[in-house]
Amino acid sequence: MSITIATSLDLKGLSCPLPIIKTAKAMKQLMPGQLLEAIATDPGSVSDFKAWAQSTGNPLVESTQEGGVYRFVLMKKETMQ
Amino acid sequence: MSVNTIEQQLAEQLVAAQPTTTNRLVIFAWSGELDKIWPTLILATTGAAMGKDTTVFFTFWGLFPLVKNKVRITGENWMQRMLSVMNRGGDEHLKLSKMNFVGAGPAMMKSLANWHHVASPHELMEMAKELGVHLIPCQMTMDMLGLKREDLIDGLEEPAGATKALAEAEGAITLFI
Repeated sequence: MSITIATSLDLKGLSCPLPIIKTAKAMKQLMPGQLLEAIATDPGSVSDFKAWAQSTGNPLVESTQEGGVYRFVLMKKETMQ
Repeated sequence: MSVNTIEQQLAEQLVAAQPTTTNRLVIFAWSGELDKIWPTLILATTGAAMGKDTTVFFTFWGLFPLVKNKVRITGENWMQRMLSVMNRGGDEHLKLSKMNFVGAGPAMMKSLANWHHVASPHELMEMAKELGVHLIPCQMTMDMLGLKREDLIDGLEEPAGATKALAEAEGAITLFI
């Protein structure tokens, strides 16, 4: 299985709660195990993405920052039970 | 210590380690002001985005933001009509609970929101519907304040009463805004 990004979202400039809402919508389209990349500029999104991942059970595999731009990589969880 | 006891202890610890997430959110939207409806809709859309089964029960002043933006006067008798004149409905005509300054406050707030790319209450209302948030108007308040189903926006669920609202709230995260 190759580690490739299935979907990439440009969320730059968007404020709470739009980055999470757009991400949640896009995650619905993914197959279990697929990765989504989200690029945001809202500093609040760092804790929001972490909380969303914990709450929904979709692992946040990457959370990095470079010059005020935040990059998150989420993996769609295996379907429950 | 028997294997059974150890297994039992392990199982108990596992249960304790599980995050206790409540997967339903019920918000009672009582206030009709811009600065209260806005966070209500932000929390409702976010709850739905977190996979929570989300319900917003609109009651009292909270019903007016559900009035269609193009509907100006509602009500059948003079008191209900006067109320709609003094308290215009619609999610694009909301007032601030403080610093309203005859509409200058909300106008400034909207340009700040625009500047910071914050979704407006109207946009959030549309998103809430798209995300499957249950938007329920309170039947009793509709009757009392003279708001008919056709005065209210599309995409709402059937008007309901306090029992339905409380039944929904059972075991859910509940907020009264």
